[in-house]
Amino acid sequence: MSKVGITSYGLTKFSKDDSKIESVLLQSTKKLFDASPNLSRNDIDAVLVSTNNNSKYLSAVLSEMSGIEPKIAHSVESLCNSGTNAIVSAYSYISAGLADVVLVCGAERYDSPGQILEWDNSRGEFKHPIFWASIFTKAYKREFSITDDDLAIVPVKNHKQSMNNPNALSEKTYSLDEVINSKKLTDDLRLHDCSRPCTGGASILLASENVCKKYTDTPIWISGIGQKTTSAGFTKNIAFSSMESSRIAATSAFQMSKRNVRDIDVAEVHDAFSVCEPMALESIGFTDKGKGMNLIKELYATNNFKINPRGGLIGAGHPLGATGIAQTIEITQQLQSSADKRQVNNAKIGLVHNMSAASTSSTVLVLER
Amino acid sequence: MNFDTELENGNFIVAECKHCQKIVWPPSDFCNKCFRDVSWRKGVHEGKIIEFSKKNDSYFCLIEIEKSIRLIGKLSRGIPIEGQQVKIEKCGIENKNYSFEISLL
Repeated sequence: MSKVGITSYGLTKFSKDDSKIESVLLQSTKKLFDASPNLSRNDIDAVLVSTNNNSKYLSAVLSEMSGIEPKIAHSVESLCNSGTNAIVSAYSYISAGLADVVLVCGAERYDSPGQILEWDNSRGEFKHPIFWASIFTKAYKREFSITDDDLAIVPVKNHKQSMNNPNALSEKTYSLDEVINSKKLTDDLRLHDCSRPCTGGASILLASENVCKKYTDTPIWISGIGQKTTSAGFTKNIAFSSMESSRIAATSAFQMSKRNVRDIDVAEVHDAFSVCEPMALESIGFTDKGKGMNLIKELYATNNFKINPRGGLIGAGHPLGATGIAQTIEITQQLQSSADKRQVNNAKIGLVHNMSAASTSSTVLVLER
Repeated sequence: MNFDTELENGNFIVAECKHCQKIVWPPSDFCNKCFRDVSWRKGVHEGKIIEFSKKNDSYFCLIEIEKSIRLIGKLSRGIPIEGQQVKIEKCGIENKNYSFEISLL
């Protein structure tokens, strides 16, 4: 099977701008083309758009606005992990020989309809994400004797790291006290525990092994893919203090890449809320169950950017359809040693963890130089 | 029978597959194991608290009924404890959402 590489990318600044979705898509695509002098519009076999926006036919719209006439053009929607789902679709087209070059473009507006899963009536009237996050947090705290104060280090760390990310929504750092004393949304969740929906776009170009060299001397290879959807409904989670779909996805990704968690130098994990970061680290296997906060505290104390160098969702912002692609771009930059002040020394192998709908669905990617 | 219509009238019913001898939740016309038609029956109202939290002055609880059905409802009064027995006191549809009011037993 031919290898699939990441050759180019483009990102917009994440903001609260009231921009049209088509405009956000085009902005990041333009940046990708600006950074890819050898890329011709005729090279692109497929255009995939990742978004939860209700506008229709956006891949054809983006193609027309970009002057591309692809063979394959369609949208991919899977709530918060739409982005990595689109990347996996692009990988599949290339692996199957249906395409050599695929443009994947994710975009979202701050008012995305993807924030609430209307179908999940088992949540009753409690459909806003803060309610599942509160249940997760309560369960995690009780099972592992973790306090709200312990969890506050997650946003402190991630906002701090996002200060080195020029595209991040966050514009300031927060102290532990500021997080702890931020507005209480529920008994178990404070304002600064939450990632924020925003407007943002992220584009990435995938190409087959033989074609990659036309665009870059330093392609980043997708060596492992793992995906799992355990249900659509939050209440079907088998546990509320761990992420079963993430555990399974990570196992599959490591198996495919013939790597293990100890090989990973840098990772983006889906910290939609503070508690998600330790839960993700544990479910992927970076630490034992209940020990995720120890690792996070150690990373923060040593100014080690290994986990969520761009600031994660909490620091960078969470434009749903763009998030998984922005995470993948971050790991690409890290492995290409082009992450500037966020750079993790000598990063050779990286991991992306992107999930949706209260961790009922997860994607894990392993990327390598 | 239709789950939404019954719920709108304040009745909690359950979809059951006689062939697989299992409850189908969330409610559906077909069994998610064998695709046969489900049967409808009056739902058991008693269950236990799996997890809970509180927004403003109101507790919301994730409860489990008949070891199969999990839903989130609002606690009418009292202070919940994990594992505590509860019952659905009132149910319906409000603003297009299922609504469950639960009380401690």
